[in-house]
Amino acid sequence: MKSKLTFLACTLLIAAPGLLSQDGHLQAPKSIAAGNGFSIQTSGSGKATLYIVGPNQVLKREVELGQPVPFASGTLHNAGHYLVILKTDGSVDKRELDVTAASNASELTFLARPSRLPVGLHDGITGAVYVFDAYKNLITVPASVSFELTNPAGAAQTRVVQTHNGAAFTAMDSTQQQGADKFTARLGDVTNTRIVGQVPGDPCGIKMSAKPSGQQIQLVTEPLRDCSGNAVPDGTIVTFTETYDGAETTVDVPLKRGIAQVDMPVHHGALLTAASGVVLGNQIRWEGQ
Amino acid sequence: MLKSLKRLLPALCVLAFTGANHAAAQANVRIEPPVAQQGARILEEQTASAAIRDYLQSWKSLSAALEQNRADLLNPDFSGTARDKLGETVQEQDGAGLSAQYQDSSHDIQIVFYSPEGLSIELTDTVEYDMQVMDHGKSIANQHMRSRYIVVLTPAEARWKVHVFQAMN
Repeated sequence: MKSKLTFLACTLLIAAPGLLSQDGHLQAPKSIAAGNGFSIQTSGSGKATLYIVGPNQVLKREVELGQPVPFASGTLHNAGHYLVILKTDGSVDKRELDVTAASNASELTFLARPSRLPVGLHDGITGAVYVFDAYKNLITVPASVSFELTNPAGAAQTRVVQTHNGAAFTAMDSTQQQGADKFTARLGDVTNTRIVGQVPGDPCGIKMSAKPSGQQIQLVTEPLRDCSGNAVPDGTIVTFTETYDGAETTVDVPLKRGIAQVDMPVHHGALLTAASGVVLGNQIRWEGQ
Repeated sequence: MLKSLKRLLPALCVLAFTGANHAAAQANVRIEPPVAQQGARILEEQTASAAIRDYLQSWKSLSAALEQNRADLLNPDFSGTARDKLGETVQEQDGAGLSAQYQDSSHDIQIVFYSPEGLSIELTDTVEYDMQVMDHGKSIANQHMRSRYIVVLTPAEARWKVHVFQAMN
């Protein structure tokens, strides 16, 4: 009898920690918006530790079982997939929790290219945006992004594009007028602007004249313009060529104040040409005017 | 026989790809054809392969960084927002005496956007992974997770780095 009592007492002592330990349970929302306040309900009695763990954020709280555990606005702010764990001395309860991006856009990451290009280029300017909330979470719910390209005269091209997976893109034509254009992406009140420099294109044509200059011939172009009428920038190279009796003399001259000029040796019957890039100018046969 | 082989073919392809290219990752990798978008930049196969290879590598860095609480392990594979957020998680874990193991077991990847200027690639990945959470070195929970990630990669000097890394179930 005595030994039976001893055995019973020992069994109770061994089992006691398990009997005394608390089973905690939790009830958590399946999904919340990033930065929103929320609450996790616990049941049981005693103390426990609550964990919210994911690659993008970790929270740990000591809690009293049977009480709701409030999380203030802004506490869990990174979108992602989390594991919520409630651990007591004797039990573990867990749930999965999704945190989605907040619905209001707060930031547009705007990738625009190029920063400088010739006028009149079809689809020459491209822009892509990614839409983020105030906590830098990518907003994947479709939204309408407006792209606007405005030239210095105020004329604008506009495209409205729906985002997919948080991204939207467009292509725009460069305008006919040189200058600094504003390329703006807009979603609600959120905007992001890039400056796109539009420079004159290649010369539309080259018109050259020749006149005697002492013992030489002076070749001069008229002011060079692109096909939209913009002055071709100084520094653009014009190549003058004189061909005579099978020999060729070539001189590269940068534009200065819109024109290029050079003195070449006099050869009666020489053929004189001018070119810039792929654009050829007029030809002159020098007959000793 | 032929019918069963046909049924097995997709799985064999996945296994073959996994075996050939990602043996070290020990994860099954399925790659869906990229989403075609009118006007978007043409995605060369080599570019796509490099981006996916670098993305898969980033899971190893993430796993090591969050297991060892070492933010510097993130540097080769993460940049921008993703680097900042994961780095903060390492700090939070360290401060709370926590660490976490993330072992990815399968990926189902699809490139959904290649920006026209070539400066970003966006992909989605339905990933399965096993997660173990430790408090002061003691395991407190294990969980098999399945989640859809959205990832934006940007080009760095010699590789693609993960710039946005976000589950979006």
